[in-house]
Amino acid sequence: MKRWKAGLAGAIFAAGAAAVTAVGAADPLKVAFVYVGPVGDGGWTFAHDLGRKALEKNLDGKVKATFVENVPEGADAERVIRDLATKGNQLIFTTSFGYMDATLKVAKSFPKTEFYHATGFKSASNVTIYNSRMYEPAYLSGIIAGNVSKSGVLGFVASFPIPEVVRNIDAFTMGARSVNPKITTKVVWVNTWYDPSKERQAAEALIGQGADVLLQNTDSSAVLQTAQDKGVHAFGWDSDMSAYAPKAHLASNVEVWGGYYTRAVQAALDGKPLHDNVWGGIKEGMNDLVAVSPELPEAVRKAVAAKKAEIAAGKFAVFSGPIKGNDGTVKVAAGKALTDKEIDSINWYAEGVEGQLPK
Amino acid sequence: MIGFQLTRRARPSRAMQWLSPILAVALTLVVGLAVFAALGQAPARAFHAFFIEPVSDANGIAELLLKASPLCLIALGLAIGYRANVWNIGAEGQMYIGGAFATGLAITFQHDIGMALLPLMIIAGAIGGMAWAALTAFCRAQLKADEILVSLMLTYVANLVVKYLVYGPWQDPQANNFPLTVSFEDNALFPLLASLGWSWFDGTRLNLSIFLTLAAIPLAWFFVQRTFMGFKLEVGGLAPGAARYAGFSARGTVWVAMLIGGAAAGLAGVTEVAGPLGQLNDRWTPGYGFTAIIVAALGRLNPLGIPLAALLMALLYLGGEAAQITLQLPKAISLVFQGLLLMFLLGCEVLINFRVKRVARPAPAAAKT
Amino acid sequence: MSGSLTPLVASALAAAVPLVLAALGELVTERAGVLNLGLEGMMLMGAVASFMAAAHGGGLGAGVLAGIGAGAAGALVFAVLTLSLQASQVATGLSLTIFGTGLSAFLGRDYVGSRARATFDDLPVPGLSDIPGIGPLFSLNAVGYFALVAIVAIAWFLYRTRLGLVVRTVGESPTVARSLGMRVARVRYGATLFGGAMAGLAGSYYALAQFKMWQEGLTSGNGWIALALVVFSTWRPVRVAVGALLFGGVTAMGLYLQTIGIQVSTFLLASLPYLATIVVLIATSANEQARRRNAPAALGKPFFDGD
Repeated sequence: MKRWKAGLAGAIFAAGAAAVTAVGAADPLKVAFVYVGPVGDGGWTFAHDLGRKALEKNLDGKVKATFVENVPEGADAERVIRDLATKGNQLIFTTSFGYMDATLKVAKSFPKTEFYHATGFKSASNVTIYNSRMYEPAYLSGIIAGNVSKSGVLGFVASFPIPEVVRNIDAFTMGARSVNPKITTKVVWVNTWYDPSKERQAAEALIGQGADVLLQNTDSSAVLQTAQDKGVHAFGWDSDMSAYAPKAHLASNVEVWGGYYTRAVQAALDGKPLHDNVWGGIKEGMNDLVAVSPELPEAVRKAVAAKKAEIAAGKFAVFSGPIKGNDGTVKVAAGKALTDKEIDSINWYAEGVEGQLPK
Repeated sequence: MIGFQLTRRARPSRAMQWLSPILAVALTLVVGLAVFAALGQAPARAFHAFFIEPVSDANGIAELLLKASPLCLIALGLAIGYRANVWNIGAEGQMYIGGAFATGLAITFQHDIGMALLPLMIIAGAIGGMAWAALTAFCRAQLKADEILVSLMLTYVANLVVKYLVYGPWQDPQANNFPLTVSFEDNALFPLLASLGWSWFDGTRLNLSIFLTLAAIPLAWFFVQRTFMGFKLEVGGLAPGAARYAGFSARGTVWVAMLIGGAAAGLAGVTEVAGPLGQLNDRWTPGYGFTAIIVAALGRLNPLGIPLAALLMALLYLGGEAAQITLQLPKAISLVFQGLLLMFLLGCEVLINFRVKRVARPAPAAAKT
Repeated sequence: MSGSLTPLVASALAAAVPLVLAALGELVTERAGVLNLGLEGMMLMGAVASFMAAAHGGGLGAGVLAGIGAGAAGALVFAVLTLSLQASQVATGLSLTIFGTGLSAFLGRDYVGSRARATFDDLPVPGLSDIPGIGPLFSLNAVGYFALVAIVAIAWFLYRTRLGLVVRTVGESPTVARSLGMRVARVRYGATLFGGAMAGLAGSYYALAQFKMWQEGLTSGNGWIALALVVFSTWRPVRVAVGALLFGGVTAMGLYLQTIGIQVSTFLLASLPYLATIVVLIATSANEQARRRNAPAALGKPFFDGD
């Protein structure tokens, strides 16, 4: 072969090899997130997006994480998830319960894509469930509430009567009762996840009935705001809400998704994608109680920190007995604890919660 | 005044009927160019994502039709009412109740009745929508209460009724206390077109219900243009005095108009629950009943214009999603874009019915007001 | 129960104020014959604009002006399209809602997560505000008192001034108005801009008084309730206030019943405000004349000055 041809062939080969290795090394893994609300909601979706941002920071250059926000939970969800899978996303995180069936349907058509569904209960070979134990910080909030409340009446602005919400109410009440066994909790159901006007009126109703520490699992800071306006106290939920109402804010209950997301993507990068359903709490770093108010007495903050450490070390389970329901029956015997499955389908009020579950 | 003068044309300009939407799109492109450039996006890519991408494959076209279908169906029903000056704003609620009726049938009988279930569900859905609309019709026709308010209020109530059902009596016992009914069996679902041998639709979600909508278009046209009842409704809307003089019952008009709208919305409800959803949950209609109002208006209340308007609205939705996925454009911007396009479309329509001339004219001497 | 009446009334009032503002504005607009369905969009734009103005140190004054300005700007767009370019009022209003919802969400993105920098505080009237039951009526903030004044002012304007008569005539029959020398388009522009300004003010109330924050969709559909209230009120200002109070009050009542343990389905309780509104409307409509409704006869119909 003439010299120049050999040289040319060699150059082409080298270029090709470089291109192949460049593609292999530099192509970041494409992952996508499906959000039910806007990233600016300061609540549920905001927390997930913080997790996504943490993921991008931790695995900088190795992952390309995109998101679609405000995806309604009806027929549109399936289309969006399918679209994301078609566009080459290897991991897709669907961050709301209502995406469950849509995720499963799409997963069937894309066996090589990994799907992660938050707060659901159906899984498949390539659909993994993940959830956080919000009831753990809720319990800690209860301890604070038990110490702070002067009227002995707590208020809870609740969205819908599903187990996730019921266990938060129960944990909050149980935490408060561990400090003041006479405390009661009034619950108001607003039948929405986000409606600041309604949330405000619910808070006003509770405060009007004597509640002086409030908790909510709805998505806006309206309850906290109302508490400050009326001179009582409340907590943040899903995100650090201390900036909204500094005088009323006692602490914020948050989910921390960044660690889990980083683990999931790293596992995929290592070729061993996560398939075990994960229900993590404070111990796994997936929940936290943050921005505990410096106005609280030292003793209270110490007690909360101690309990948090116990939970983190696995030494204390919120739903460990003895626990009585508010109908007087024993729900969890002494020495026993509710299994995850039982916690996931809980449908009773703990002692101290007023009223009955709507049904 | 601003120095433009409008004169009404003797006849709507045919040419402008085609040109004005094009002009509107062009104007939106120009403004969009500025917006996207300000956001640091290449405008060409953005427009590609918005308009081309969603329909660039069979799945995309199927999804477009799937989304446009209920919008078109409801809008056809609503438009008949609007032409008669009966303002049914409650299509969303009628859709909920229609879907609920069909669901009730499905979850109760889906193991007992075979292939006959789906047709029965369709009828049930229409009845459900009509029943809910009948409440408004009654309030308006017999009690003289305004239908705009009643139908709107009833929409919220319908939402709560469905929530009550899925959190209560109709909740799937296997669903861990979540608000879902059991999933529908095959005999309670609209068959996918792909499964009927239409291989072009393989892998898509398009189902038999598209034919309901396709049938509704000529039916609506026929009703409006050729039936006596359609004529009565039309006159009732355009000249209520003349209608009364001719003996057309105003109450009858209200009932017919509301029931048609309700039936259409109820049918659309069935196509959703027995179609892509396959069950009833507490949050399943992303505002179709309200979007259909825009579709009806955009389609100029015309049974032939409405399908086009429905396709456009569906494209705007899908485009917004595609723009989010491909360009990470915030959802809010796609809403801005939608609003802009709609307003340009509406603004450019002036050219159809009016001639626009620049004139230099002094402010007219104002009579004392 | 008397101990619980005052919080109920306070809750109803707080919810009613923005509804009254937006509904009064729309009432004037509709009295002139213009149906502006873009209320929700204009309220959101007003909310985000006022929040942003306050966040940049403008204080309450700038906040309120920004809110009013944003609402009026939205109404101006609407007016140009429908009054000058003869576009369909229904479709244009709905498009404006979409546009306003999106634009407010986009502009407000960086303003989520913080407290309003300037807020309205309650200004209780000493003595009067302690009366059990109606005390909260004297414990409103500046905007709330303005709303009370606005009800009376707008009623007086519509029924006792020349310009008010002009507005009503334009809404009943623009052709007659034109033949009397009234400038229909100009009057309608004014009424529409006024409606937008009030909607923007209602938005400011949400951002700087009620919630003291900005979040997407802050008004959560209250614009539609305000529209319904205009219809409910049969276009009379005082009835707007009644309707708003009724709606806010029944909502508060339903929530109150939950707190005292009444075992009624919460979904049923939640539907009470809507059902109550319908029932009251039926009751008031039955006493009216046989006229179809008291809507301004030319409501929603385009008027072209050259016809």
